[in-house]
Amino acid sequence: MSNDVFVITEHMDGKFSDVSFEMVGKAKELASAWGGQAVSVVVGSGAASNVFSSVSTIQVDDAALNQFNPEAYGKVIEALVKEKSPRLVMFGWTATGMDIAAWLSARLAKPCVAYARDLCIENNALIVNSQVYGGKMIAEVAPEGDMAIVAVLAGSFPVEAGQGSTAATQIASPVALDGLKIKFVEAIKPAAGDVDITAQTKLVSIGRGIGSKDNVELAEELAAKLGATVSSSRPVVDAGWLPRTRQVGKSGLKVKPKLYLMLGISGAPEHLEGMKNAELIIAINTDKKAPIFNVAHYGATADLFEVAEAMLELL
Amino acid sequence: MNIVVAIKHIPSIADDLPIKDNNVDFDSVDFVLNEFDEQSIEQAVLVKEAVGGTVTVIGVDLIGELDGVLHLALAKGADKAVKITGDDPAADSHVQAKWLAEAIKGMSADIIFAGVQASNDLDGQIGPMIAAYLDMPYIGGVSAVEVSGDTATVNKEFAGGFGAKYAVTLPMVVGVQAASKPPRYAPISKVRQVAQTVKIEKVAPSGEASAGLSFKKMAPPAVTGHAEMIGGSSKEVAAKIVELLKNKGLA
Repeated sequence: MSNDVFVITEHMDGKFSDVSFEMVGKAKELASAWGGQAVSVVVGSGAASNVFSSVSTIQVDDAALNQFNPEAYGKVIEALVKEKSPRLVMFGWTATGMDIAAWLSARLAKPCVAYARDLCIENNALIVNSQVYGGKMIAEVAPEGDMAIVAVLAGSFPVEAGQGSTAATQIASPVALDGLKIKFVEAIKPAAGDVDITAQTKLVSIGRGIGSKDNVELAEELAAKLGATVSSSRPVVDAGWLPRTRQVGKSGLKVKPKLYLMLGISGAPEHLEGMKNAELIIAINTDKKAPIFNVAHYGATADLFEVAEAMLELL
Repeated sequence: MNIVVAIKHIPSIADDLPIKDNNVDFDSVDFVLNEFDEQSIEQAVLVKEAVGGTVTVIGVDLIGELDGVLHLALAKGADKAVKITGDDPAADSHVQAKWLAEAIKGMSADIIFAGVQASNDLDGQIGPMIAAYLDMPYIGGVSAVEVSGDTATVNKEFAGGFGAKYAVTLPMVVGVQAASKPPRYAPISKVRQVAQTVKIEKVAPSGEASAGLSFKKMAPPAVTGHAEMIGGSSKEVAAKIVELLKNKGLA
């Protein structure tokens, strides 16, 4: 076992995600406390890898790794981790990291902490804070044993600490990648034609609290009066009440409007990732303990329909 | 085609979550179906309708109240329901995934669906773990599935509308983000009818796994900032918001 901290970085279209840099910054802090090294792991050759401040960067190159493939990426990461035995392996709790972190945990019988938003060392042992139950609870846990896997929520740490220019060591895949059961077919691009919510200055954003597709009309009316556009949290899109182009959050779009008026959105971490930098956040929710009230600038515990209708009369 | 849906019964976050012994006080909370499992059940039924086969829904019965959830799944088009008599409300994802994998092992599953995540996945999601325990490939964040012969074509979502299409040789485990159509509604009369006619199979838990985490604390987040709360009736709230927006030149 080593005292190294591995960061499984992620890139798309030649660009690394912010959470990759965030994790590298944190990994340096943890590894130096343990007397080990922070190691950035870059799977695939689609991005220039000399962008991290880690002590070393390993880039694994193979034609099978040109696009994200959970099976191929999983096999490579498993083989590397088995060979190098780092003390901690960090993933992003993202569309790609979520496919591999828990899988690796079960494969290796090593503990995994998901939804992580902070990591620290107490008495030489790792302590992880995890934001569970839709952001309503923080669990503080200590992974047991000689290796832990942690999947980190984007936006948990500063990006700058992970930025640097360490040259990568290029290696061939440590494991054979023939006979894969998963094959990449093609990339899917965003559907064109709908309004671009990232370009709007005012958004009226609706959540599960809107209740039904018919009620979306009320939000549309209010948005029209305010010169705003209607956006939403994920459940509204999954229910088919709005097109996916309107979704704000981790699996949707990141927005930074001047006004983000939220009707019936509780504020799960996945949603906050997409809107917490909005200039003015006003939240209406019936649950006075909804996590959104810790983030919004103004809030009201009220019936969104009554408030929206009353606003329509005043505008 | 043998289609299996692995579901998770989880504490409802609609209500307050009381704490006991550094964890949620499971005796004092309502349990509900993980919201992504509704999507997962729908996607499984859509695949069955497209290519034929049977849908088996399976979950760990943590508090002895899983029947209602299973009846609803049956009313929505599942053919069989299985509950693993776990009877441990604190069973973590590793434990549940192991029990589920052991129970699914004998089902000759061609495709296994699971919700992409659950709000209590402190130690990770059951989908990728079931895949690891059964040595099957896993793709999560999936929003469309088509099966043809022994191949599934799935759309995986990244963020902001970007994604990728993959072709996967079955069997596999799919982590469902959203079904390709919104989940159907099951009328209560149909739920009652299946409750009286379909028998839920019981399976004893088998296999051992552990999250390997020791709990130090569970608490609501420390409040670093809080919204300035606007009190009063709905009309008063509306008036204050409109005034605020006008003052800031936003209305």
